[in-house]
Amino acid sequence: MEHSHEEIKKHVRKYIFVFVALMALTVITVVVSYLHLTITTAVIVALFIATIKGSLVAAYFMHLISEKKVIYITLLFTVFFFIGLIVLTMTAFHDQVMIPHVS
Amino acid sequence: MQIPHTIEHHPETGLYNAKVGIWLFLASEVMLFGALFTSYILLRIGAPTWPHGWEELNIPLATVNTVVLIASSVTMVMSWASLMMKDFKKYKMYMGITVLCGLIFLVIKAFEYGAKFEHHHFPSTNNFFATYFTLTGLHGLHVIGGIIVNAYFWGPGSKMWKTEPQRFINRIEVAGLYWHFVDLVWIFLFPSLYLL
Amino acid sequence: MSTSSSSHTVDAHIHHDADHHEQGFWSKYVFSTDHKVIGIQYGVTSLLFLFLGFTLMMIMRWQLAYTGEPFPVIRFVLPIGIIGLLTMFVSGFKPSLGTTVGILFIAMAGLIWYLATGEERMPMGIMAPEYYNALGAMHGTIMIFLGVVPLGVGAFGNYVMPLQIGAPDMAFPKLNMMSYWIYLVGGVIMIISFFVPGGAANSGWTSYPPLSEIATEGQTWWLVGMVFLITSSLLGAINFIVTILQLRVKGLGFMRLPFFVWAQFVTSFLLLLAFPPLEAAGILQLLDRVVGTNFFLPSGLVISGEKLVNAGGGTPILWQHLFWFLAHPEVYVLILPAMGIIAEIIANNTRKPLWGYKYIVYSALFIGFMSFIVWAHHMYITGMGTTISAFFQTTTMIISIPSIVILTSLAVSLYGGSIRFNTAMLFALAFIPMFGIGGLTGLPLGLATSDLHLHDTYYVIGHFHYVVAPGTIFALFAGIYWWFPKLTGRTMNETLGKVHFWGSFVCMNFIFFPMLIQGMVGLSRRMYDGGEQYSHNQSVLYLNEVMSIAAWVMAIFQIFFIVNLFVSMKKGKKTTDNHWEATTLDWTATTAPPLAHGNFTTLPTVYHGPYEYSVPGAKKDFTPQNEK
Repeated sequence: MEHSHEEIKKHVRKYIFVFVALMALTVITVVVSYLHLTITTAVIVALFIATIKGSLVAAYFMHLISEKKVIYITLLFTVFFFIGLIVLTMTAFHDQVMIPHVS
Repeated sequence: MQIPHTIEHHPETGLYNAKVGIWLFLASEVMLFGALFTSYILLRIGAPTWPHGWEELNIPLATVNTVVLIASSVTMVMSWASLMMKDFKKYKMYMGITVLCGLIFLVIKAFEYGAKFEHHHFPSTNNFFATYFTLTGLHGLHVIGGIIVNAYFWGPGSKMWKTEPQRFINRIEVAGLYWHFVDLVWIFLFPSLYLL
Repeated sequence: MSTSSSSHTVDAHIHHDADHHEQGFWSKYVFSTDHKVIGIQYGVTSLLFLFLGFTLMMIMRWQLAYTGEPFPVIRFVLPIGIIGLLTMFVSGFKPSLGTTVGILFIAMAGLIWYLATGEERMPMGIMAPEYYNALGAMHGTIMIFLGVVPLGVGAFGNYVMPLQIGAPDMAFPKLNMMSYWIYLVGGVIMIISFFVPGGAANSGWTSYPPLSEIATEGQTWWLVGMVFLITSSLLGAINFIVTILQLRVKGLGFMRLPFFVWAQFVTSFLLLLAFPPLEAAGILQLLDRVVGTNFFLPSGLVISGEKLVNAGGGTPILWQHLFWFLAHPEVYVLILPAMGIIAEIIANNTRKPLWGYKYIVYSALFIGFMSFIVWAHHMYITGMGTTISAFFQTTTMIISIPSIVILTSLAVSLYGGSIRFNTAMLFALAFIPMFGIGGLTGLPLGLATSDLHLHDTYYVIGHFHYVVAPGTIFALFAGIYWWFPKLTGRTMNETLGKVHFWGSFVCMNFIFFPMLIQGMVGLSRRMYDGGEQYSHNQSVLYLNEVMSIAAWVMAIFQIFFIVNLFVSMKKGKKTTDNHWEATTLDWTATTAPPLAHGNFTTLPTVYHGPYEYSVPGAKKDFTPQNEK
């Protein structure tokens, strides 16, 4: 990695900015939770904020914003299979001839 | 016998071995936590009743923990940046704080667990607590693993800075990637378990 | 640089032999980070586990053929003990690999003695039904997770792949050693589980809850063992991928990789991304059993007439999803390395380039991709609705296409070649139709309508055994005959090899073809009495004895293999570095056996594709990858 001194300093400023953003988002998501929104809205808001926070960590702390192709490809497939797992399993549970839960 | 590309980058991939390795490991971790999240969602939608996280769990404590873990992630990346700027003293400081934050996280977690047990809330109580204990417990194990690695690089492992500085920087970068991932998992665990 | 089958490496070879003697037994065979030694460790261990899994099945087959008759222990234990003693005798009782293997055989004879006696397991020498279930579950587990995968990936992958890409070792040698040891711990835990109260896991290799959750203690051991095995596979997979990505020698682009390396590459990705969900599921089931959670336990479960007191709320089908999310890609983990081995052998022994190399590679990649989205075709009878079942039926039909492309390419590769019928090639040739039967019999299982009839019958058993036994295991045998000269510098005996092949080939079909017939009649799998109690099975019950006898006869033919393996190690004909006149780097750039450290005297550079046989105008009928 041919990072110059200056470049790293620029990075450090970014890290501080990201830190502040993460803190702010944490506060927002907690405050929203006290509003006791309906579950659908709450899920959407909470996961939306979490995704932003997660993306910030991944992009800047984990340097995914400027990473090599091999890693992008690997993660792309991983995310695809993860989505496959979650979506197909959920669909299968919804599309059930017999109801799985009999109480 | 010298294994190629332990330090220098591969001309095609542009990466050194350990970095490819850790990303592959993290990919498998995505699938591990992904499967657990899937189970959580399915159990929750399938259940006739499921308490809200904020009814049963301690949000202020978890918020503090979130702040602590995010802070440790920042100091982790700062420790790497310090090494890149050849400032070993600063590295020591930031890495020390990272380890400390990890420990604080665990202590707070222990208090949280203790309070749950006092109120006779166990994994066997219901599937809400089962999920809560399993997900946070597994995450906690990851934190412990990260602390051990980071403490090693803070203490005895840091000798490598004198002999093979580039390799040491790589190691810190790889350890950092793992630590940020642990942070990232928590960022999703926190709202989905506590706030919903 | 010319490093073909010439004898320039003889000095290195001698030097290497001297090296052998300097290293102690422990540092050479036990705590080694060298990929070749680890490969051999995997090989020896997994062959022993294959043998154990086979033996469990032979005990079961007695019960199926002669239901209710006492089991003849001596007839089973004595031959294995004698093999052990002979092995030790051949290696002169000195501390060596041979002696270790001999001791392990004798230990195994003891284990089988234990397994086939005892009032709890075999009251009056007759098998208890629960015990039959334990044997069935452990046969599956041992064969797949401790036998075939470690042999195909751990052993061949470890030993051959770095040599084929010109790497000095794996990317992370210590991690490699760790993979092996974690695998071994997992294996030992599985063996210990036979000795705990209630015996080993007895809920099938699939461990479906709720049965597995209320099963005896053995199931807990099974889960712990599985967590170890999964961890080992994950570490191994990371190591393989990094090695293939980073350590290829100069000039060895991806489209010049031998197909075996490609197969290992795809396999490793399958292991990496499909295993974690099973690890998660394993942890959840472990918590259900140990801590009392209810992830997979529904409310209102009634066991033996009594209502289970638990919080409930879990869903057993979740386990099936997570389990098959691994277990379907696992099928390709079993078959891809086998296809890799077969491709190498067929290209070499037809003295022709592999027909459609590119399409084989693309097919393997496509298989890897698709295998993640077909898993629920194992679950049609869970009450799956038509929409999602249509999706999984479609993907299942699609994934059969690349398999057929690979198989067809391999078969067409034979056309017009002057084929050398050595033992390795015979196994490779048998692989094609055998895997073909296995694959084609799978299609009716992938379609919901026919699966409703065939699900959980012997047809399923016949189908996947055709894939794994005369398919993958034949390929693994082929691989052993094929790379033996590389491992030892000596060849295996061809006559013994051919007896082994023809015996196994005939017996295999007598074991597994009747299963297809039984299954179509409707004989359910996991029947402790072989299906005797149902009238609809009566017409096919006679086949049980046929299959059992074929299985035991096949065991006799394996003795030829074991004897061949050990005797050839000492007495086999010495050969050159490139015994088969092959083109890939494992043969042309390394000595036989390869150097202890670093693998290569001089690092090769690659100029050609992997299978440049009979190139018009070339001096020889093979053009090594590293020759200009």
